[in-house]
Amino acid sequence: MTQNIKTEHVIDVRELSKVYATGANRVHALRGVDLTVIQGEMIAVMGASGSGKSTLMNILGCLDTPTTGTYALDGVRVDGLTSDQLADLRNEKLGFVFQGFNLLSRTTAVDNVELPLLYDRIGRFGNSRELALAALEQVGLAERADHMPNELSGGQQQRVAIARALVTKPTLLLADEPTGNLDSRTSVEIMALFQALNESGITILLVTHEPDIARYAKRILEFRDGRLLRDVAVTDRANATDDLAALDLMVDEDDDDYPFTREFHQPDHTLQQTVPS
Amino acid sequence: MKPLALVRIATGSIRKNTMRTLLTMLGIVIGVGAVIVMVAIGQGATSRIEEQVQSLGTNMLVITAGASSTGGVSQGAGSFNRLTIDDAKMLQREAVLVSAVSPVIFTRTQVIGGDGNWRTTINGVDANYSEIRDWNAVYGSFFIEEDVTSSRKVALLGYTVAEGLFPGSDPVGQMVQIRNVPFTVVGVLDRKGQTADGNDQDDVVLVPYTTAQNRLSGFSFIAQIIASAMDASQIEAAQEELRIIMHDAHDLGNAEDDFTVRNQTELANAATETTQVMSYLLAAIASISLLVGGIGIMNIMLVSVTERTREIGIRMAVGARGSDVRAQFLVESVMISVAGGLIGVLFGIGGATVVASMTGWSTQTSPQAILIAVAFSAAVGVFFGFYPARKAAAMHPIQALRYE
Repeated sequence: MTQNIKTEHVIDVRELSKVYATGANRVHALRGVDLTVIQGEMIAVMGASGSGKSTLMNILGCLDTPTTGTYALDGVRVDGLTSDQLADLRNEKLGFVFQGFNLLSRTTAVDNVELPLLYDRIGRFGNSRELALAALEQVGLAERADHMPNELSGGQQQRVAIARALVTKPTLLLADEPTGNLDSRTSVEIMALFQALNESGITILLVTHEPDIARYAKRILEFRDGRLLRDVAVTDRANATDDLAALDLMVDEDDDDYPFTREFHQPDHTLQQTVPS
Repeated sequence: MKPLALVRIATGSIRKNTMRTLLTMLGIVIGVGAVIVMVAIGQGATSRIEEQVQSLGTNMLVITAGASSTGGVSQGAGSFNRLTIDDAKMLQREAVLVSAVSPVIFTRTQVIGGDGNWRTTINGVDANYSEIRDWNAVYGSFFIEEDVTSSRKVALLGYTVAEGLFPGSDPVGQMVQIRNVPFTVVGVLDRKGQTADGNDQDDVVLVPYTTAQNRLSGFSFIAQIIASAMDASQIEAAQEELRIIMHDAHDLGNAEDDFTVRNQTELANAATETTQVMSYLLAAIASISLLVGGIGIMNIMLVSVTERTREIGIRMAVGARGSDVRAQFLVESVMISVAGGLIGVLFGIGGATVVASMTGWSTQTSPQAILIAVAFSAAVGVFFGFYPARKAAAMHPIQALRYE
């Protein structure tokens, strides 16, 4: 059923192409991309819209299949799998974080986090409730477990989404513009969380427009017109936790009568993301 | 996916839209309720008729004069009045499968006595008429064999006649005049109620058939001979025995019978068939509302699938297979319809009681009808939930996630 290639590569992509045929038009979203990602990497994918980075993310996320080329995820050959096999693979090996959070509305945080465990087919997890609570704990939202998404700030919602992505202990965490809907401070908070997770050994691949955010990764891929334009290691990698401390310091210096002592997990702003019901 | 998780997800999403779910359920509630009320009315009518047939007498066989057809032309029973007292006596003597035989002579006339007069049917019968029809005197007593052999002028009043002539007083021992002949009232018959076609069985006066012949009509031939079979299981055999004895007695040889022997089941069947057709018709009409309720479920499920496209996308992204999504929506629609069905059963039982008390019809809710209604509502849920569920399962995760 599945063909094992190499095991040390989390992602092994060869000559990957994707062509969308709409009527007479043929859109080449990806034109022969080669990519290898090893365990423990933290990669930022950059590029203008239409550069093919979203298509790449969809294929890497097993949500879409390539037109030609091969893709092996954690040693499992992905191209040519049925939609059911793809679904199982997403459940077993992948975690998703979206720009718009994509939490189930009117569903508590812990229920949202528990969601992937309900579709666990191979019986890896028995005590799904405890695992969900532990994942919330990991993102610092244990005390918000019974809150609905609309009772949480944008940053908190994204944390819940990250907990949902983590709960299955995935091989690869994919984040599609995870900070796109957040203000700059909350963005840094989320990046601090990603960096911490990466330190604990999780491979992370995130798409972003913002060079500031890409600085927190270890490696940057830049796409243009469906091709991989640049693949560079980050030499002056930023530390989000340090940046956060610096931000707090700035607030203290700039504004002496700032009334709150900022804490890491405090509700950080009141911006509400509209989540479709 | 675990069944329990499916049920939990379904209850969760049903609870998120309580009002809409209740309105959707209403269609099924009304449908199932209507089916149960209609079946209850139909079955009530059927059992009422069965009771009435039973009230005519147990194991009763009726011999009427006349063949059912002569040379291919139907004359109708009673076209030749060829039953005699001797026939009755001979049947009593010779038939081994019947326990009692009684001739019945019909006359219609005015009865005078007590407070006034009353036009009613006079039946001249034997003493064992009481046994054959399972009909006893509630006051006084039935007349005895000796009253018959000596053609005594004694009479039993039907309940209606007794109330008409002697309201509020005991008629036993009083005198009544039938065609100017004075009769002593020896008893009042127990209440028997109406026949299926609405005749009041209690509007009758019973006298010994001998007295009826000698004093009232003067006819020597009679309209009916009734008999009762020894045993319910032998009704058919007894019927055939009576036919053979009568055939021989009338010296018919190879000719057709000039009489007809019928049993109660034939009468009953005709009546129950009619009501059965009625109850099927009622149930069919009620089923249409169940169908409409099902379409309501499909409609709402389709709306729900579209509305929850994003949710479907999220579920698929975290690893739900198409079949998981399909199962989720199917469970949801089945839960709505079964819950509606159960509420409908309660409404149906209540409705049947209300109908019964308002109209005086007898209704009967049967466990089978309830089971079938609930099973049918579950089937409605599966049938009408399937298309929306399949639509949800066929979604592509990327498009579903992007749906606004």
